Amino acid sequence: MKGEKFINPSRIPSIWCPGCGNGIVLHSVLTALEELNYTKDNVIFVSGIGCSSRSSTYTIFDNIHTLHGRAIPIATAIKLVRPDKKVIVMTGDGDSLAIGGNHIIHAARRNIDLTVIIFNNSIYGMTGGQFSPLTPSGKRATTSQFGNIENQFDAMKLLQGAGATYLARIGTYFFTQMTRYIKTALQHEGFGVVEAITQCPVYYGRLNKMATPSDMLLWQKDNLVFKDRLSQSNIEGMDEKLLIGEFVNLNAPSYLQKRKALLERI
Amino acid sequence: MSKTVDILQGAEACAKGAMKAGLSYFAGYPITPSTEIAEMLSILLTKDKKIFMQMEDEIASIVSIIGASLAGAKSMTATSGPGFSLMQEGIGYACMTEAPIVICDVMRGGPSTGDPTKGSQGDVMQARWGTHGDHAMIVICPDSVEEMYYDTIKAFNLAEKYRNPVILLTDETITHMREKVEIDFNEKVELIERKKPVITADKPYLPYGTFDDDVSIIGNLGDGFGTSITGMTHREDGFQSPIPKIGEPLIKRLSRKIEKHSDELFELEIINPNAKTIIVTYGATSRTAKTIIAEGHDEIGLVRLKTLFPLSDNKLIQATKNAERVIVAEMNLGQIFMETKKALACTSTQVELLSKVGGALITPNEMLAFIQEGQS
Repeated sequence: MKGEKFINPSRIPSIWCPGCGNGIVLHSVLTALEELNYTKDNVIFVSGIGCSSRSSTYTIFDNIHTLHGRAIPIATAIKLVRPDKKVIVMTGDGDSLAIGGNHIIHAARRNIDLTVIIFNNSIYGMTGGQFSPLTPSGKRATTSQFGNIENQFDAMKLLQGAGATYLARIGTYFFTQMTRYIKTALQHEGFGVVEAITQCPVYYGRLNKMATPSDMLLWQKDNLVFKDRLSQSNIEGMDEKLLIGEFVNLNAPSYLQKRKALLERI
Repeated sequence: MSKTVDILQGAEACAKGAMKAGLSYFAGYPITPSTEIAEMLSILLTKDKKIFMQMEDEIASIVSIIGASLAGAKSMTATSGPGFSLMQEGIGYACMTEAPIVICDVMRGGPSTGDPTKGSQGDVMQARWGTHGDHAMIVICPDSVEEMYYDTIKAFNLAEKYRNPVILLTDETITHMREKVEIDFNEKVELIERKKPVITADKPYLPYGTFDDDVSIIGNLGDGFGTSITGMTHREDGFQSPIPKIGEPLIKRLSRKIEKHSDELFELEIINPNAKTIIVTYGATSRTAKTIIAEGHDEIGLVRLKTLFPLSDNKLIQATKNAERVIVAEMNLGQIFMETKKALACTSTQVELLSKVGGALITPNEMLAFIQEGQS
């Protein structure tokens, strides 16, 4: 299997529940790395806290499992100290957009050369299913048993506003396309984010009438709409649906490029 | 090589000391009264093609210096009370992952926003115990601009040697004041560098399982060792483990690696050791004691704590063994007073507290009055 050579077998099985989509996202990242001919020595994985953030620890790459919300500023420093390495952040929706929300917008503003994979399972899985900033309004969680009355972030719009130069959203149902976006993000110079919608049947699914992994993947099939294929027929019921695809792909000077120019100038 | 006679600000001395020690990554967030350190380093580091980052807050600052350190850089941050509070979670992460970092905390009035432009010594216990969980901490405390330079170098050396955060605990007074220094900036100073792992074919690489005197020998991220790091309780290979048999020796080792060197780390400056009245103090307050002794009060002794933690009870007992009265003078409500009472509990020495809060220094007259008239 592609990407398998990057897995550390002494750390398997993972902590992920049966049916969890996180393994699909990790598999997609490792597949992208193999297809781009990365080796053990030229990648550093950085992760925060949460189900998604355990992913980095299952690999053979140099990896650092950090504090809740803090993967991005740690990765920023690592990239600056080791600019020759590909630095990849593995994070969750709560990790990156609630407790780490301040860091991700500033990293986007700096256009720092990082690849960030947001595992969006729409809930705090590790702590047992509380609503997150990406839990859709109206949905149930263990702390919103009567329906979430808060609005969710649109991570793509938020990060576009903050200055990210590569942004894509995709779901685990679309593995091939996910790998393609991750490859593009890895080759991008600047701040690139792929939001990977992933299923959490045990908490999010069970509380929202999608108790099996297949229910959740079928939800993705019916409700994730490629933004380039929007038409009159699939725009109906759009409130429930979510656009996927590439949202931003800009060629703008990255932080490292600007730093290089600065050092040459002074 | 000769000494330069100059007038420097404490913050400048700190920045110059850091550069001398090999600082290659600074991250910080503006806060009074530590900002001058960041301002100066932004110039010195950039000119030297090293890295200066102004982060979005103190949380980002502390964790980014940890990331930089674990990737091989000598790194530091500088902050003050409220920022130091925000950094506490990161400081614990550095203890657990054994990241060598230097944090300069310039104490100002607290609690809360307090008084940003006035001195204080209110962060002593926060420096020692601010982060959660059992841990050891090295806290050093300069009392002059010149010592700020040498203590900054020392802080980096101790961080590298023990792979632990080192807190350079200073205050608004020492950091902002300008005074004469005599420093040979070109002098060759001893710099300690962290050990690198030696990989052999017959043994697996264990970043948290190979030690030099209880200090882990960890490969820098990016050096290709396959280093794995977590703030969770971890096995020798750096992978998290919930097993108490793994957690207990780890937590004990992290404290032991520093506490067992308490006698050597706990440095004192002693004046008039045979005096019957001894002032125990540190930082800006020790200058008041030095002033009255210099004015001819040889009946008064001084034990200045150059290191606050780890605190060696033995050394404090030895240093005050001739005293009938020990007066702890500090700009807080008794943080080192309580430590001193604890250390001297087995002796018959009377320990008294001369305390002042609110931002003003303890004056020589106030100290003399306390010594002559006793506890008010």
